[in-house]
Amino acid sequence: MSPAPAPTRRLLTAAGPIIVALAVLPYVVEPYQTVLLSYGLIFAIAALGFNLLLGYTGLLSFGHSAYFGVGAYAVAFVVKYLRVSSMEVFLLGGIVASALVSALIGVVCVRYTRIYFSILTLALSQVLWSLAFKFFWVTGGTDGLRVPTPALLGVGIGAGQDKMGYLAHRYYYYVLVIFLAAVALMWVIVHSPFGKALQAIRDNETRAEFVGVQVWHYRWVAFLISGVFTGLAGALWVPLNGLTTPDILHWSFSGEIVFFTVLGGFGTFAGPIVGAVVFNYLKTFAVGYTVYWQMLLGVVLMLLVLGLPTGIVGTTIRLWRKGRTTA
Amino acid sequence: MDTLLIHVLNALLYAAVLFLIAGGLSLIYGVMRIVNLAHGNLYAFGAFVAASVVGRLVNGPTPLGLLYLALAAGAVAAAALGAMLEPTLLRPLYRRPEEYQLLITFGLQLVLEDLIRFIWGPYPLSVSSLFEGMGSLNIGESIYPTYNLAVIVVGGLAAAGLWAFIYRTQFGVVLRATSQNMRMAQAMGVNVNRVYVQAFTLGCFMAGLGGAIVVPQQGAVLGMGVDALILAFVVVVIGGLGSLEGALIGALLVGIVRELGITFFPEVELAVLYLMAAVVLLVRPAGLFGRA
Repeated sequence: MSPAPAPTRRLLTAAGPIIVALAVLPYVVEPYQTVLLSYGLIFAIAALGFNLLLGYTGLLSFGHSAYFGVGAYAVAFVVKYLRVSSMEVFLLGGIVASALVSALIGVVCVRYTRIYFSILTLALSQVLWSLAFKFFWVTGGTDGLRVPTPALLGVGIGAGQDKMGYLAHRYYYYVLVIFLAAVALMWVIVHSPFGKALQAIRDNETRAEFVGVQVWHYRWVAFLISGVFTGLAGALWVPLNGLTTPDILHWSFSGEIVFFTVLGGFGTFAGPIVGAVVFNYLKTFAVGYTVYWQMLLGVVLMLLVLGLPTGIVGTTIRLWRKGRTTA
Repeated sequence: MDTLLIHVLNALLYAAVLFLIAGGLSLIYGVMRIVNLAHGNLYAFGAFVAASVVGRLVNGPTPLGLLYLALAAGAVAAAALGAMLEPTLLRPLYRRPEEYQLLITFGLQLVLEDLIRFIWGPYPLSVSSLFEGMGSLNIGESIYPTYNLAVIVVGGLAAAGLWAFIYRTQFGVVLRATSQNMRMAQAMGVNVNRVYVQAFTLGCFMAGLGGAIVVPQQGAVLGMGVDALILAFVVVVIGGLGSLEGALIGALLVGIVRELGITFFPEVELAVLYLMAAVVLLVRPAGLFGRA
């Protein structure tokens, strides 16, 4: 067997200790902390998908709430209409639904770039929001739809078992495994010839076209993959939250996805992951600390854009490299 | 026949307010190439300032006529806020990719939303005495609030005034020149920084005016800015980003579709509006009146 290529080897060295730390976490910290981190990991999956468009293809979507929301509502419909409560069916439902919706919206949007792409994705995601908001007999309107804690791999929550413990242990590991699989898959995608082609499109669309990259087609596939990752995150999120409301389809949630990707830094592979986890802590802290949490987050975002445009990961890498060259 | 007239008036009413918001948004984009996600909050800011100023005066000895003029405080306040924001927040970003400009205005949107909550609290403000103070008109067998007609007139005057300002004054020439080619204008001696502040301030003034004139009718409510922003987007996308004629036509179209929607298809009214924007983008990416 040939040795893994250099970037992959570096990833594995860096990721090893982190994976171990994530795996022992539920035995070390309070269940609440584990559940909080589950949210962070789920948002990280969405951010990974989002960044395939922003960081790798150069398209800023302001409508990714649509796919997250479609993933979540697909799960809620599975519960409501099929009366199934199995996580695997949930995931299947979320993936299929978000694939369909992002394939459709993608066909329309990938013909545009820059601000037009952003506004178009935003407008189309608002269509879904307004439908979820108005068709209350299907979607529950602003009350949303409840989703029970599902069975994982056929084993449900036992009678009398503590729900928090279930979410903090079994559900956490379930999320962790899917998160790791998603990271690995995205790593493979961005380092594949397909991923390189996307980066070529991002850097120079005309040149990419001249060397034979079918720009629209590649963008559409990237859009689809991006939407499915985000939809998968939505499907994982909804049992944890227990409820899905139109809020997660609203464009302000798309803004949050953009926010955490920028927070971590969209120029790096790990940036969106770090950004999503940190954002989740930041938001939880801000919401608990003050009713004016939006203002706090807004100030953080503005400072980031003005002062640290490469985000947490980008800045850390730069400082580290600088430290090494001067040492 | 009367009902038709009432529907038309409602559509115009809605279009007048939308034009004030979307016209400002489009003006700012046209000159500065910035899509201001916080624009709706400037509209809300205008509404809250107007409501609180008038709310304070309304129980005093101020005659009713002056109270209507006092609404303009909202527009002035929004303009002042805009004049402060452009040099401090936006100016450092003109040389950066437009993603960052979108992000900073998103951050600004979050801040302004909470700033309004911080200053005026979570409850709606209303000055409905101004709405009632104008009484109503009889249109055939129906009655229609006179204040709504006044809003339509203000919207129409604003559109005319803006047109005259941009196409008939020295400042308008400079503004259009900067919009068409910023570097060339700069080379010809135009102080681009000053034009940018002026355009941004003017756009915010319009948004604030829009907020101020809806206050007597709807009050000032938290969240009104975010809702208004998305509809203003629909308007400018239909009309063409950066085009004032487009904003006017877009506002009229949205006003009409919305009035039809409320009457005939209330469930999908908003969805139809967003889809309209999407379809226009598909067929004419630069909008009906935009230049690509």
